[in-house]
Amino acid sequence: MAGVRALGSLSRLTTRRYNLTMFPGVTRRTFRVAACMMEMIKQTEHLCVCVSRTHVNYEIKGDVAVIRMNDPSARVNTLSVQMQREMTEVMDEVWGNSAVQSVVLISSKPGSFIAGADLNMIQACTTAEEVTLLSQEGQKMFEKIEKSPKPIVAAINGSCLGGGLEFAIACQYRIATKSKKTVLGCPEVMLGLLPGAGGTQRLPKMLGLPSAFDMVLTGRSIRPDKAKKMGLVHQLVDTLGPGLKSPEERTIEYLEEVAVEAARGLAKKQIPLTKEKGLMQKIQDHVMSYPFVRQQIYNTVQKKVMKQTKGLYPAPLKIIECVKAGLEQGPTAGYLAESQNFGKLAMTPESKALIGLYHGQVTCKKNRFGTPEKEVKALAVLGAGLMGAGIAQVSVDKGIHTILKDTTLEGLSRGEQQVYKGLNDKTKKKSITTFERDSFLSNLTGQLDYNGFNKADMVIEAVFEDLSIKHKVLKEVEAVIPPHCIFATNTSALPIKDIAAVSKRPEKVIGMHYFSPVDKMQLLEIITTDKTSKDTTASAVAVGLKQGKVIIVVGDGPGFYTTRCLAPMLAEAVRVLQEGVDPKKLDSLTTGFGFPVGAATLADEVGIDVAAHVAEDLGKAFGSRFGGGNIEFLKSMVDKGFKGRKSGKGCYIYQPGLKRRDVNTEALEILESYKLTPNAAISSDSDIQYRLVSRFVNEAVLCLQEGILANPVEGDIGAVFGLGFPPCLGGPFRFVDSFGADKLVEKMRKFEEVFGNQFTPCQLLLDHAKDPSKKFHK
Amino acid sequence: MASMLLTSLRSSPLTSVQAAQFAARSLSTSVHLQAQAKSKKTLAKPGVKNIVLVDGVRTPFLQSGTTYADLMPHDLARAALQGLLNRTGLPKDAVDYIVYGTVIQEVKTSNVAREAALGAGFSDKTPAHTVTMACISSNQAMTTAVGLIAAGQCDAVVAGGVEFMSDVPIRHSRKMRKTMLSLNKAKTLGARLSLLGSIRLAHLSPELPAVAEFSTAETMGHSADRLAAAFGVSRLEQDEFALRSHTLAKKAQDGGMLSDVISFKVPGRDIVSKDNGIRPATMEQLAKLKPAFIKPHGTVTAANSSFLTDGASAVLIMSEEKALAMGYKPKAYLRDFVYVSQDPKDQLLLGPTYATPKVLEKSGLTLNDIDVFEFHEAFAGQIMANLKAMESDWFAQTYMGRKTKVGAPPMEKFNTWGGSLSLGHPFAATGCRLVTTVAHRLQKEGGQYGLVAACAAGGQGHAMVIEAYPQ
Repeated sequence: MAGVRALGSLSRLTTRRYNLTMFPGVTRRTFRVAACMMEMIKQTEHLCVCVSRTHVNYEIKGDVAVIRMNDPSARVNTLSVQMQREMTEVMDEVWGNSAVQSVVLISSKPGSFIAGADLNMIQACTTAEEVTLLSQEGQKMFEKIEKSPKPIVAAINGSCLGGGLEFAIACQYRIATKSKKTVLGCPEVMLGLLPGAGGTQRLPKMLGLPSAFDMVLTGRSIRPDKAKKMGLVHQLVDTLGPGLKSPEERTIEYLEEVAVEAARGLAKKQIPLTKEKGLMQKIQDHVMSYPFVRQQIYNTVQKKVMKQTKGLYPAPLKIIECVKAGLEQGPTAGYLAESQNFGKLAMTPESKALIGLYHGQVTCKKNRFGTPEKEVKALAVLGAGLMGAGIAQVSVDKGIHTILKDTTLEGLSRGEQQVYKGLNDKTKKKSITTFERDSFLSNLTGQLDYNGFNKADMVIEAVFEDLSIKHKVLKEVEAVIPPHCIFATNTSALPIKDIAAVSKRPEKVIGMHYFSPVDKMQLLEIITTDKTSKDTTASAVAVGLKQGKVIIVVGDGPGFYTTRCLAPMLAEAVRVLQEGVDPKKLDSLTTGFGFPVGAATLADEVGIDVAAHVAEDLGKAFGSRFGGGNIEFLKSMVDKGFKGRKSGKGCYIYQPGLKRRDVNTEALEILESYKLTPNAAISSDSDIQYRLVSRFVNEAVLCLQEGILANPVEGDIGAVFGLGFPPCLGGPFRFVDSFGADKLVEKMRKFEEVFGNQFTPCQLLLDHAKDPSKKFHK
Repeated sequence: MASMLLTSLRSSPLTSVQAAQFAARSLSTSVHLQAQAKSKKTLAKPGVKNIVLVDGVRTPFLQSGTTYADLMPHDLARAALQGLLNRTGLPKDAVDYIVYGTVIQEVKTSNVAREAALGAGFSDKTPAHTVTMACISSNQAMTTAVGLIAAGQCDAVVAGGVEFMSDVPIRHSRKMRKTMLSLNKAKTLGARLSLLGSIRLAHLSPELPAVAEFSTAETMGHSADRLAAAFGVSRLEQDEFALRSHTLAKKAQDGGMLSDVISFKVPGRDIVSKDNGIRPATMEQLAKLKPAFIKPHGTVTAANSSFLTDGASAVLIMSEEKALAMGYKPKAYLRDFVYVSQDPKDQLLLGPTYATPKVLEKSGLTLNDIDVFEFHEAFAGQIMANLKAMESDWFAQTYMGRKTKVGAPPMEKFNTWGGSLSLGHPFAATGCRLVTTVAHRLQKEGGQYGLVAACAAGGQGHAMVIEAYPQ
């Protein structure tokens, strides 16, 4: 079983590559888009009658105006129409007030400075021109801020993202708190957009070309310490503990006090606006002053982007274009390029897909089953293998007391070492301290017996994927756990109802399918049977959310949702290999379509033995529809010991320490004996890509049709976050919507003629093909 | 505490500031609580032994790197112990046990209690052990003594503490130590040479004693600055309090109040008989200093923090019966005490706030019953923050699980002979100074109850109630 779980491992690569493309493994915050500024539009029109201000107010403290933002209707501040209108009014008043010498801009919300703009605003636009106009209004507004005769200090506590960051960098001075919630960044690229309110123009000047590219192209969030080092903020303020007010409240007050002092200093010119540059900075600036050096950087970055995105994501390329225009042709050209490209990007299907994924991810971070009756505080994990230890790791660092039980001392020792290593690696990256590591580890108890299970609120078993072993474990566990305790089984393919068959209390049995490596993969697939109680489901979702997972809840059945979608695609991949396509070629075809990992590599990662095992099981359950490649080929590979990466050989040869992989020629020899003659009519590169993808997509749609999936959103999230379905397509359902169900059916029919029912479109897909107005996503 | 290392380095600008101005600014220093009516009840409990402080002494507290610079920690401890013997005329073999506190350990004398006792001429039949609990180490030494006597194991115990910051253990790096240890075991020349060959430049960078709280990696001065900010303590308030401390200490020193100080002939140098860190300055001078920890907007400076200090202290604690039998006139009863601990990050220095109400409750007293307060002054900001916390109902309810605030001590009873900010703070020696000072102040001022409270690294704290011995 460990194998099928390794399904996930593909996404290990995924996470890495997303760095440049989209969702980095850790996007937990709810960022709103930067692009935001769009709403600024109205500001000039003054359509609204001036009502009393609700979002922005200000107070004059001596000669400093303190402007406070607080959107009363939301958890975070966004640059909404109202916010911008009020901000403009307030700024005009402040500029017009001769008593005011300087300005402090601060949010009254703990945890959010400005998180960006509302995505719905861009989505409401129907043409690129509309979006361009929004961007230009934003640019104008921030230009006024930048040229303010009275120095403005942005006092940042909490998320300062997208448009919020663009606002802040237009100010003359920035002070940020060291709070864990304070992050600065331009996440627009992850939504297929670009910073559309001056971000691509100001950042390169402020940070230098390399840092600016890194920030804008990866969209990653920057923590306060780093921001200070980079020169993104001028001054840092510590967070405060308990005092005469709550720590959050007092920290904001303190930030304001410090910012007011700084504002006074700026107005009196006691604090210089330009910092003396360091030697390194001077050298870098000098080097950058040569056009050919800059050209070299553009080329290198462009090449890197192309390599990582395969050209499937337009946003990073447009960003490079904007930065280049600004530096080489001057600000007018730069700002124009920024606003126009912003408009164009907003209309791309890639951006819509990514925004859809973002919304989906937010949805899948909520518990639609309500609050469970009893919070899980004590967890027990059975089996200290890769999965079990991974589950333990993501639990102990969230403060859940976790028992890790194995049957052998060796297994337990390996598992505990994995948890230690996982946490220790975080100390090396400085994301936690060694002290935090130790205190997290104190939540872990490793043992060989069932001691303490009588106090467990939930048991997650991650033992070998074999029904009889699962039954044995279930019975043993049920004998020792208290009545309220939930039994969760971590399986990738065994139907939960079969496992629950021997349970005395099937309403407490549920499936929790984690993906490997657990600490990196964001997805958790929860499987309920018709007997699983709602409270059990709520509890499992609550635990998953606590562990930081994005969660889909699906119905029971062989392969559930994720494994079931992947299996036909892998079967097709095997057939493609049998038809004589080189593994490297197969990989480049799949990655060329947008998958983060090629199909042949994926098979090696999953494990050839596991692939064979799953193919056989699901083949039995679903019949010839799951056919395609010859299972005997997989078995021959396994017989030879070619089990994939774990055994050193699979489709490729893996040598420790070597990054380069060669195709395993012995595997090619085996392939020879299973050789099929390709049908030229359906063997072009594009045909092969669609053969692979259409089977995946058709099976996904069938899962929705059969009710395994509750909705298309979870289907898209599961496929992208668990299986690496191309994020630029937004998931199988959005792919059907954008590609056109009719076109997909047409392609499938062509394949069906040759291969039969493996390519028969399911009824729901046919319905969508017949009626183009039917869409999975509105 | 090691953070003060920094502090002292920065405190030099003040050296020129002389006592001249001390009178310029007197912050409600006049304390004349004349002998109150002895109507207050005694805290003696039936069935519990009365334990008394017979006497207490200390070496002068000197800024580190000054006259004591060439000594070793046990030398200072010896001086304090000998001073105690001289002061009390105690026969050396009458001591049942010795407990001594220290924080930064000299590795050669890791049980500094034993080395100092032997060197001070105590009987080699008297056992001695060393305790450590950061800035409340000698409080721990004293309460250990109280425990030994209360349990009937001992009748006369000497407790004390020593800190020597003029020399601290600076180690080789871990890599270097490992190489050197392996070198010990290497048998052949070849093995030795290959080990020596493995030494890189990086191996040679030394490891300074931790300048930060181990659990949070934050220096104490940094934490104090954040604490002051959390309670809204201004720079001005801190500077005023620091000035008050120095002014009062100067007055006490000049007035001969610091009678616990013994003279010490430092080998090769002159006789030392006075604390040398008391330097009253003007507010203007204090205001000029830049923040020492949080820059540029912090409020804790070298001048409003306690400085790195060398010094030792010792007290003689006995059961009342034994003391009387030996013909002593005890100075005070040592009554209830508590230890508390809190979050080492955000409440690192709030020990007194937590410990005070607890120990008062234990004794059945209120803040109003206390005549003499001696709090350890780690930082002016820390003291002001504690006073504000004690004065806050919201804090008591939200963080201490109490119904109401305990209240802040009235300033006219508070640290009226100076404190750690001005007298100095040899970490493990401060506790005995506080207790002895309470006893002396009770005698001088005629009150009945005194309260000692202190904070310590690790987010710990301590408080003790002391009752005057009937005169």
